[in-house]
Amino acid sequence: MLAQHGEDARIIAGGQSLMAMLNMRLAKPSVLVDINGVPGLAELEHSGEDLRIGALVRYAQALRHPLLAISAPLLARALPHVAHAAIRNRGTLGGSVAFADPAAEMPACLLALGGAVEIAGLDGPRTVAADDFFHDLYETALAQGEMLTALRIPGHTPDRRVGFAEFARRAGDYALVGLAASARAVDGRLTEVRLVYFSVGATPVRARTAEAALEGAPLDALPLDAAVAALEDDLDPPTDIQASRDTRLHLAGVLLRQVAGQLTEPVA
Amino acid sequence: MTGTLPPAREHLTLRLVVNGAAVEEEVEARRSLADFLRETLGLTGTHLGCEHGVCGACTVRLDGAIVRACLILAAQCEGAQVETIEGLSDSGEIADLQQAFHHRNALQCGFCTPGMLMAAAELLADGGVPERDAIREHLSGNYCRCTGYHAIIDAVESTAKARADQARAEAGA
Repeated sequence: MLAQHGEDARIIAGGQSLMAMLNMRLAKPSVLVDINGVPGLAELEHSGEDLRIGALVRYAQALRHPLLAISAPLLARALPHVAHAAIRNRGTLGGSVAFADPAAEMPACLLALGGAVEIAGLDGPRTVAADDFFHDLYETALAQGEMLTALRIPGHTPDRRVGFAEFARRAGDYALVGLAASARAVDGRLTEVRLVYFSVGATPVRARTAEAALEGAPLDALPLDAAVAALEDDLDPPTDIQASRDTRLHLAGVLLRQVAGQLTEPVA
Repeated sequence: MTGTLPPAREHLTLRLVVNGAAVEEEVEARRSLADFLRETLGLTGTHLGCEHGVCGACTVRLDGAIVRACLILAAQCEGAQVETIEGLSDSGEIADLQQAFHHRNALQCGFCTPGMLMAAAELLADGGVPERDAIREHLSGNYCRCTGYHAIIDAVESTAKARADQARAEAGA
């Protein structure tokens, strides 16, 4: 149906972003393809080494799932920050990634975990790494006629450290700035550090200079001042009615100190 | 792609259960659940505030879980169980909560109240006495623009305490 109707067709899953856009006349598709009845998309399960989250898994379902805290502790920390109870009952993790709102938590978490996106299309299935998925504002690797079918997250290992923090004016609001992070702790040092900010640009943004500052650093003496200073090179957040560029940059530093504290502790 | 695709339709026949009663209606594919409840079924207790998922005034239960009726199409509710504030009021499920809202002065204009009650009922149904912070968090998606929130939190908390007391009394009896 997507191929038949082209740009006039949109997929609707949880609809918690798309319906708001329709109501505000920001999107005017002539055809909606509702995938809620499609079997096999609502499972959260182990798939090989990975955790696989089907496109119809809803936030509330994931939060209740026994595998979440064990296999995706970063998501377990981030999901309570996503919107409100009524929206978590309906919205999907996959939909958030496909929509790619730069202020949303899920794209940043997927990128921080080095996850991937499973895609189906008329040319067959393919998998795209999160690193290559987010192209620009609401623009992703999804091509015309393609659909996100699942998120893949690398299996959690005992040396994996995760951290999450965001600053929002009210519980459930989009964050002014947020940070999702993961790393490994090997021989008392951090390695494979990934710091992904959201609400700071057109896509989730990796703070690569700050990551480099923390890479290989001893857990008991992380060079936080240097890492925070490096954010000046990594981030150029926008000024809007919510907050100025400088406020966002300052908050990014505050969040980095909080999240670095989480990275020094084993995941409980 | 194999098989025949269903055609895209502008109208469809919708069958669902609303407040325990089977309903069958012709609806426009573009109609929201909130508009369907209010305009087609005349269930105007579900209020429409912002119409983009922010204010919570249109909160209803869909298959047992609260959702925004403005962010769901009626057509997506084929075969579903929908409960509105009218259903919860008539069944008596939240009579104590409504009484507590009255006693605590937890409403003034009342516009947000149906949504507040729907959201609070879900939290109360989990049982126990939630911390005030947990009540605030659960109601954070529901805006009130006149009383403010303290009285609403008070009403939910006192209802939870009263239900817990009653459960203890029944267990001890």
